[in-house]
Formats: sequence, C-alpha cells, structure tokens
Amino acid sequence: MAGNSQNIKKKPYGALLLMGLISAAMYTFLLLNQTMINNYTAMGGAYAFLPIATAFLFSYVHGSFTGNFWTVLGIEASKKKKEVK
Amino acid sequence: MHDIANLAANFINLDAVNITYLFLVGFVGGLVSGFIGSGGAFVLTPGMMSLGVPGLVAVASNMCHKFPKALIGSIKRAKYGQVDVKLGVVLGISAEAGVLYGAHIQESIKKAFGDAGSNLYVSVSFVVILAVVGGFVLKDAWKTYKSGNSNEEEKVTKLARWVQSVNIPGTMVYFKSLNARISVLFTIPLGFATGMLAATIAVGGFIGVPAMIYVLGAPSLMASATELVIAFVMGLGGSFKYAMHGLVDIRLAMIILGGSLFGIQLGAMGTTYVKPFMIKVVMGVIMVIVLFSRGLMVPVYLAQLGLIQTLDVTTVKILKSTSFLIMIAALLIGAFIVLKAMWQGRRAEQATAREAFEIAKI
Repeated sequence: MAGNSQNIKKKPYGALLLMGLISAAMYTFLLLNQTMINNYTAMGGAYAFLPIATAFLFSYVHGSFTGNFWTVLGIEASKKKKEVK
Repeated sequence: MHDIANLAANFINLDAVNITYLFLVGFVGGLVSGFIGSGGAFVLTPGMMSLGVPGLVAVASNMCHKFPKALIGSIKRAKYGQVDVKLGVVLGISAEAGVLYGAHIQESIKKAFGDAGSNLYVSVSFVVILAVVGGFVLKDAWKTYKSGNSNEEEKVTKLARWVQSVNIPGTMVYFKSLNARISVLFTIPLGFATGMLAATIAVGGFIGVPAMIYVLGAPSLMASATELVIAFVMGLGGSFKYAMHGLVDIRLAMIILGGSLFGIQLGAMGTTYVKPFMIKVVMGVIMVIVLFSRGLMVPVYLAQLGLIQTLDVTTVKILKSTSFLIMIAALLIGAFIVLKAMWQGRRAEQATAREAFEIAKI
C-alpha cells in the first residue's frame, strides 16, 4: 500500500487552477487595456523596464501553468534518462 | 525624446484571428526551440510582418518573447541535467556583443543600399550559412543513423579534441558539458558569430549549437539545452535595447509567449525520450528547408537592386508566398519529427515498464 501511494504521484490540480486563473486574468488585463499599455511601452527610455518586467512576470505565472498543464495530462519527461552522459 | 503617438501607431490592432495565429505559431516555435535550443523566430518575424507589423517592431517583439521562453526552457532542461549554465553565460556575453555588431552592420547596409540591400544581405547570409552548417549537421546525423551506432555516446570531433588540448595560461575554465578545461578565448568568436547570426536571421542557435558540438565537444543534448541560456542572455539584452527605443509591442510578445510556453515544455520533455542524434536531425532538416525558402527570395532582391532583369509583379508574389510557405513547412516538419520521436520514445518506455511488471508478477 505504502509502495503504491509512493508510485502514484499526486497531480498538481490546485497549482494548475491557481496559475491558470492568474494567467487568464493577466492576459485579459493585457488585451482590455491595449491603448494604455501601448502608450507606456512606446515611451521607451526608463519605461523600458515595463515590458521586461511584464515578460518576466508572464513567464513565471504562465510557465508554471503550462508545466502543470502537461503534468496533469500525464505527459512527463522520461523516467529512464535523468541525466545526460 | 520620442514621438510617442507615432511610435504607438507602430502597434497593430489585434483581432481574434491574429491572436490565434500568433499563439499557434508561438506554440510550434516553442516546441522546436525546447528541443533544439532555437528556431521558430525565423517564421515569427516574417509572420508578424505579414500582419502589418513594421520590421523593427517585429524583431523587437520577437526578441522580447524569446528571453522569457528561453528562461523557462532552460530551467526545465536543467532539471534533466542538460544545461551548462557557465558555458551558456560565457557564450551569451560574447553573443551580446555579436548582436550589437550585427545590428550595426544591418543599419549600415540599409543606409547604403536601402531595404532591398538589407534583405539581400539577410537572405544570402541565410543561404550560405544554412547550406554549409545545415548540410554538415544533416550529413553527420545521417552518418550516425547509417552506422547503427545511434545508441552510443557521441564522439568528440578532432577539432574539439584539439581545442580541449590547447593550454593558454590564465584563460582556462572548466565546463561540465565538455568535461574539460578550455581557453575562454575559443568561446569569444563562437559566441560573437552566434550573436551576429541572431541579429541577422534571428536564429543564433544555427551557429551556436553546432559550434558547441563540433568545435568545443559538447554532447548534442547539452549543446541544445545550453543554447537556451545563450538565447536568454542575448534576448534580455536585446529586448532592453529595443524597449529603450519604445519598439517592443508587449501584446504581440506575450501572445506568442502564451503559445510558446506550452510548446517549449513539451519540446524539452521530448529530449529525454530521444537518441541524441535526433537533435542534429531536426536542426539539419529545418536548416536545409529554410535555406530553400530564403534562396527563392534572392532573385527578388537582386532585381530590386537592379543587378538582374526586373521581375514581373506576379512572379514576385509567387516567389514571396512560396518562400513563406516553405518556411512554415520547415517549422511544421521539425515539430512533427519532435512529436513523433517523443511519441515513439514514450511508447517504448511504457512497453518496457509493462514487461517488467509482467515479469515481476510471475
């Protein structure tokens, strides 16, 4: 029994849902406020940090979501080859 | 300093069709990048331009989706022990210099010969580099496949053995992917060339990955994973430069990123199921197909520059559309090979697991 529960990994449904919701909210905000966002990013100069910070934020949130998405679907890396060489 | 209203006008209107198109191209590009370390950008930039995005905004927005994508891809592949962060950062720094110099050359050519001159330079670079490097990579992959040694560990080339044997005091650094100490001086021209290619054709990895494999002696899987670190370093610096000039359309970048983060995770996982030579197969196949795509455009630009007879409008249209379609085909074929190899690897692993289970039951 203990061996069985060790073999069956719990799927990250909670994390998938949380990150999915945050990611969807971020994309909705981005698409609903296009004019404002375009105006800020077009300013350049010191405002350059805005698109860069946005990219980092999306990569963290959406990256976690997409990672969990494939895990929940059962698509994972090979268990055989953990390391090259 | 900048005419904001003018610059903001560079940013196109987005509708559902545009968004879906960018998301899907992002997904396929991400899938290929996760596997071979780069790719996708050569379709994304012209793809965005076909939607009416000005060239520079397309390049800037592509770069701004590339670095966060490469970050996620390299973190994923680091989990499989495939990333050499030190080598990636060292090559990334000289690649950054290459990007700046490449962009400078582009600007000079554009000033002297106009758009057609600049396009001709890009297309000829594509054709020459992809023919030489792509042909070599594909030939090597074919040799490995024919020899039946595709399961064996990859052999380090003679050139790489020589590079690893040269000792220049004060410049020697140990890299885990090479399992050797090499002089960082060798990494400078390789990184620089990677950056120059990235600034010219948007895919530095077509030089970076083969250089790490054949010149430095890194295994294919580690070279393609380490290329993601280079892409991150290069992409971050490049994006910042473009963002300072207000050229990044963050909406385009994030929509493409939306698709590519699904793809890159899948492509990265794919590398754990395949034999290392498959990296070379996918890379070589894409490079050789793309070479034909760009080759078709050379007469168009030559005619625009008045170096050959003027082509009629219909011929130009046909050449342009065929070239773009071949490029999309290159990406789709690459993605198909990745998915097929991954599918076969998974099935083989599941079959082995089932057999082991049956034996254990007996």
